[in-house]
Amino acid sequence: MLIERTWKKWVYFYIPLTVFVVGTLFPFYWMLITAIRPDAELYRSWRAATNTPFWTLQPTLEHFRDLMAKTTFPQWLWNTFFIAVASTAISLFCGLLAGYALARLRFPMAGTLGTSIFVTYLVPPTLLFIPLANIIRTFQLGDTPWALILTYPTFLIPFCTWLLMGYFKTIPRELEECARIDGATRFGAMLRIVFPIAVPGILSAGIFAFTLSWNEFIYALVFLSSPEKKTVPVGVVSELIRGDIYFWGQLMAGALLGSIPVALVYSFFVEYYVTGLTGSVKG
Amino acid sequence: MAQVMMKNLNKKYDEVHAVKDVNLHIRDKEFMVLVGPSGCGKSTTLRMVAGLEEITAGEIMIGDRVVNDLPPKDRDIAMVFQNYALYPHMTVYDNMAFGLKMRKFPKLEIQKRVQEAAEILGIQELLRRKPRQLSGGQRQRVAVGRAIVRHPQVFLFDEPLSNLDAKLRVQMRVELKRLHERLETTAIYVTHDQVEAMTLGDRVVVMKDGWIQQVGEPLELYGKPANKFVAGFIGSPAMNFLDVKVADANGALWAEAHGLRVKVPPAHTSRLMPYKGQQVTLGVRPEDLQLASGSDPSEYVFDAVVDVVEPLGSEILLDLRAANSTIVARVEPTVRVKVHEKTRLAMTPDRAHFFDVNTELAI
Repeated sequence: MLIERTWKKWVYFYIPLTVFVVGTLFPFYWMLITAIRPDAELYRSWRAATNTPFWTLQPTLEHFRDLMAKTTFPQWLWNTFFIAVASTAISLFCGLLAGYALARLRFPMAGTLGTSIFVTYLVPPTLLFIPLANIIRTFQLGDTPWALILTYPTFLIPFCTWLLMGYFKTIPRELEECARIDGATRFGAMLRIVFPIAVPGILSAGIFAFTLSWNEFIYALVFLSSPEKKTVPVGVVSELIRGDIYFWGQLMAGALLGSIPVALVYSFFVEYYVTGLTGSVKG
Repeated sequence: MAQVMMKNLNKKYDEVHAVKDVNLHIRDKEFMVLVGPSGCGKSTTLRMVAGLEEITAGEIMIGDRVVNDLPPKDRDIAMVFQNYALYPHMTVYDNMAFGLKMRKFPKLEIQKRVQEAAEILGIQELLRRKPRQLSGGQRQRVAVGRAIVRHPQVFLFDEPLSNLDAKLRVQMRVELKRLHERLETTAIYVTHDQVEAMTLGDRVVVMKDGWIQQVGEPLELYGKPANKFVAGFIGSPAMNFLDVKVADANGALWAEAHGLRVKVPPAHTSRLMPYKGQQVTLGVRPEDLQLASGSDPSEYVFDAVVDVVEPLGSEILLDLRAANSTIVARVEPTVRVKVHEKTRLAMTPDRAHFFDVNTELAI
């Protein structure tokens, strides 16, 4: 019995887990190793006798220096950060109020409204960018950060609304009712009781929204054109691939630096994030 | 300190008429219990008093103010919920202080009142804890404490003891009663447990399907139920009901059913006269049935067969078959009978109840 359990644990748990972890982390490893590999090694033939694709013996920070000095990468980082924070803030604000209303208030067509908000989330951005481009042009917002700050909420608000609505529904109604009897208005009860309890849900909605806008590619590609206005995902791809020349070292250095803020955000809030998605309030 | 008046109170949801024409006068300092099976409208009534449900029609007055359009916070009430509804992100102290803070009481006064309430309830040690670190009974105390610090005009309780285990429930019941005597605040208490209703209430309201069935002091409901529903709902084990026919013989009225023939007690004779020859329901409580001895007057004695014997220690419950139905008798613990044994039961005549078969009202 005991022996059987051991091999089962290997077959069903350890081996699949190892494959999964290696498969997930390998691209990041590749990114790192390419970013610190000197050009001489990068452009060496794959069949060369001295080729060492999985490691390097002469790590260098040359690509990072070039990235900072020869491109507007710091500016891209700042653009991305500003746009992500602003659109996340707008989306969270709207999502909080809409999610609360859909979860708690009884008003006509509440169900229909909830569903239609969800449906807008299902429209693919690859289709939506065409009409949005038209709107952006009409309002003369093209090539400004506002083009993205105002369009990202089109998919972030539905997402935040649904996540928060689900979370609010797990909070017992009586808590609010009790607060209202204790002397709070409905709005006061929402601010003082419901929102503090919903912090894990709000944080995970925020993290998700931040990540989505940080990584967003297609709107950023379409709505921004000047090099110094771009975000990291677009800037790295459009400025570091010139014709058919790939600046692999700088590309990967840019990708690495671009993913660090997201990784930091996740690792700081991982506990909240998990309870936010499983949605458990213990009274 | 205030009275609560409900006038022709109605609540309709889309298709359900949950509360129908409720008229109730709860006196100052009274402990009023609303009791009934689930879905009878008792909680909805309470929630309308609290302001958590809108009133479809009618009027509610607290003190001498009509509160129909007042938000809950302006009604000067406090409520204790079944699931305690403690704010999980606040300490016990902050939970209890919340209502006072919202009303902008000075800090010292808040401290004084919370301490005072904590002492009354014996929870001084818990003030710094979070609700999740408390047991069920402790949470219940905190919920009560949060209500009493406010010194409201009316306490509302919505099945506050239902989530506690049986032993704790009995203990908290006694404490609530003691607390009410000490605070002398008007209280409305909703429960589905008739024992809670009987032990706590100065008066009890029995509700069913949105209608008030009867309002009265506990013993009045027990002794003089207005209809068959109240008779069956109050008391455990429930009252026995037998379908009998009223017959006239030897200058007296008799209640007859299969193999059963008992005299209608003199107190009921005149009221049952119009039912001569008709069916009525005879109601007898289990404790008003005893095994017959030679000295019992024979006109109140009938045959029965023992089905089940349930010895409870302080008493024995006998399930018997008589007149084609099952009846329960509560007898002395010293009685010795065997299953399937034929026996004779004597009924206490002046505690018999008769109900109209159609209207189910007491005759």
